[in-house]
Amino acid sequence: MPTQPLYRKLRSERRSNSVADPTPSTAVDATGAEARIPSTDLLGVYRMMVTSRVVDERCLTLQRQGRIGFYVPMQGQEAAQVGCTWALSPEDWIFPAYRELGVALTRGVPLKLLLDQFIGNSGDALKGRQMPNHYGYRAFRFVTASSPVGTQIVQAVGTAMAARRKGEPIVTATFFGDGTTSSSDFHSGLNFAGVFRAPTIFFCQNNQWAISLPREKQTRSETLAAKSVAYGIPGVVVDGTDVHAVYGAVAKARELALAGGGPTLIEAQVYRLGPHSTSDDPRRYRSDEELNAWKAKDPIARLKHELLADGQLTEEADHEVWESTKAEVAKALAASEAMAPVQPRTMFEDVFAHIPLALEEQRDQFEALSAPGATKP
Amino acid sequence: MTELTLVQAVNRGLFEAMKSDPDVLILGEDVGVNGGVFRATEGLLKEFGAERVIDTPLSESGIVGAAIGMALYGMKPVAEIQFVDFIYPAFDQIVSELAKFRYRSGGQYPCHVVIRTPYGGGIKGGLYHSQSPEAYFAHTAGLKVLIPSNPADAKGLLLTAIHDEDPVLFLEPKRIYRSVTGEVPDGDHRVPFGLASTVREGSDVSVFAYGAMVPVAAQAVDALGAEGIHAELIDLRSLVPLDEKALLASVEKTGRAVIVHEAPRFCGYGAELAAILAEKALYSLKAPVVRVTGFDTPFPYALEHLYLPNAERVAHAIRTTAKAA
Repeated sequence: MPTQPLYRKLRSERRSNSVADPTPSTAVDATGAEARIPSTDLLGVYRMMVTSRVVDERCLTLQRQGRIGFYVPMQGQEAAQVGCTWALSPEDWIFPAYRELGVALTRGVPLKLLLDQFIGNSGDALKGRQMPNHYGYRAFRFVTASSPVGTQIVQAVGTAMAARRKGEPIVTATFFGDGTTSSSDFHSGLNFAGVFRAPTIFFCQNNQWAISLPREKQTRSETLAAKSVAYGIPGVVVDGTDVHAVYGAVAKARELALAGGGPTLIEAQVYRLGPHSTSDDPRRYRSDEELNAWKAKDPIARLKHELLADGQLTEEADHEVWESTKAEVAKALAASEAMAPVQPRTMFEDVFAHIPLALEEQRDQFEALSAPGATKP
Repeated sequence: MTELTLVQAVNRGLFEAMKSDPDVLILGEDVGVNGGVFRATEGLLKEFGAERVIDTPLSESGIVGAAIGMALYGMKPVAEIQFVDFIYPAFDQIVSELAKFRYRSGGQYPCHVVIRTPYGGGIKGGLYHSQSPEAYFAHTAGLKVLIPSNPADAKGLLLTAIHDEDPVLFLEPKRIYRSVTGEVPDGDHRVPFGLASTVREGSDVSVFAYGAMVPVAAQAVDALGAEGIHAELIDLRSLVPLDEKALLASVEKTGRAVIVHEAPRFCGYGAELAAILAEKALYSLKAPVVRVTGFDTPFPYALEHLYLPNAERVAHAIRTTAKAA
């Protein structure tokens, strides 16, 4: 079986021989990707990763306080998400799963708009229709997510085929996790993309756990990227805690796709530092030892050390990054919580382009019953 | 006007749509070089090229999922599922994705895909080439469901579907693909959605049918004329949206209703029609509503002629209903 290079640009910390060591035995260091994040961008990248972490932590608290109904955290995946999106063009279409906060923020979706969705208020572009994390914004070419896993993969391929037919030089990037590589739509999507040479980047964040199922029980494949071989497309494994490596791999895949070379499967090896969702307690199925081994590779700490070493950041400036971000989040949250709730009448909109008679009748009956005093004896 | 079979009318509809709008494209299994296993897409590859008539790998969720992606980008894909019996691998894409895209995005992402697929029994197709699963889809909010029964409607409804703004499941009665011919208007002929068609006018009993059951019901209605029973036959054509006005108006006139479909009875589309009559026309009814349907079994191969409603079963139901006090 061909081996995939493990892009690794940062100076790796010495790793213990822990069970969490994600590096496949066949991987090689620091090769392959030529594109670099411009050094003038690095502070912006860092700030975006910090923002993702701060918002994520805040949302976990909001859920515990009952201020939002549910939340899917992404801590540990900041370098993968920000690095990948940084390498895309704003014209490229994103087909996310439901754990892509860092992607949405990097794409430029305003924080308040995201919080409006988490709360499901009248400011929500989705009109309060979806659970938190399932947002989507046409203006940002960020397609609305669903909960069934993998469905977005084959859709991203269709959009890429359509864009190519219209002669528009964009790629589609679709995001999913290790568990999704077992789904039928992962297979359908990669197979279609291979056959039609669709300009699509398949960005798999292998965060090692699909709720309680570890990566080893998901597939017998040595790596997830190895699955690309059967579809006749390139596959790479990348250290997803190394923002440079992620950026380089995505930039290269994008270049290939735009040149007519077709899709690439990228496996970014990361770790889900938090639970699958707020409904889950990971201590039931994984060890503290494993968690701590990965915490030592915290992507934000890694980039911070690099910036400190390069003199782009000081401890004081770093403190300021975190504090100003927290203030921004607090401000956006206050604005979002001040929004009016969704109007009940909107429930009946957008099922079809125009409301059919039968649904209009249901809406009118609903409104008559909801009128003050309507159901009193 | 041109005399065409139903499958030829589908082909002409596709041709018209592709000719007038470069965003219309077709994808499915064997639709290109082979022209479709029923020849519905014959000649289109030659006329419009492989970028618009796309032979896909054998994957229904791939076909519908890719069509969704194309529609999101502004194309007007017409996906063919070779037999509706094979649509289930795409059920997730249809029900979880296609039907919900507009709603779940708050109207930001309309997703207009037409899925064409042959349905129904009577061709010795057994369990997996005969099913009539319209109720699964009619039950899903956000999908329009159409079933033509004649060549003119096949072309007219298909063209309306391709130029509509919502996802459409277009079920083609393959049993009468070639057995029925009719005059079909040339050019951009369109039949509006949500409008039933009166096939026979009558005052004694209302008969509601669609697809391949329309000619079966017509045969029964015509035979009963000799017995002095004048039944009204209504072809629903559009299951979603339903022409509820036509349903109620006919029953208000006749006071009696027979519903015919080849799908199994339990929770079939006829159950919804009966429920609407119970809710809104009960005081017009002079007899219980009767359903003539397939049985609540999987579709049998050797006994399909006994499984499918035929003119005798329909006539018996009409006669019984007409005579009920």
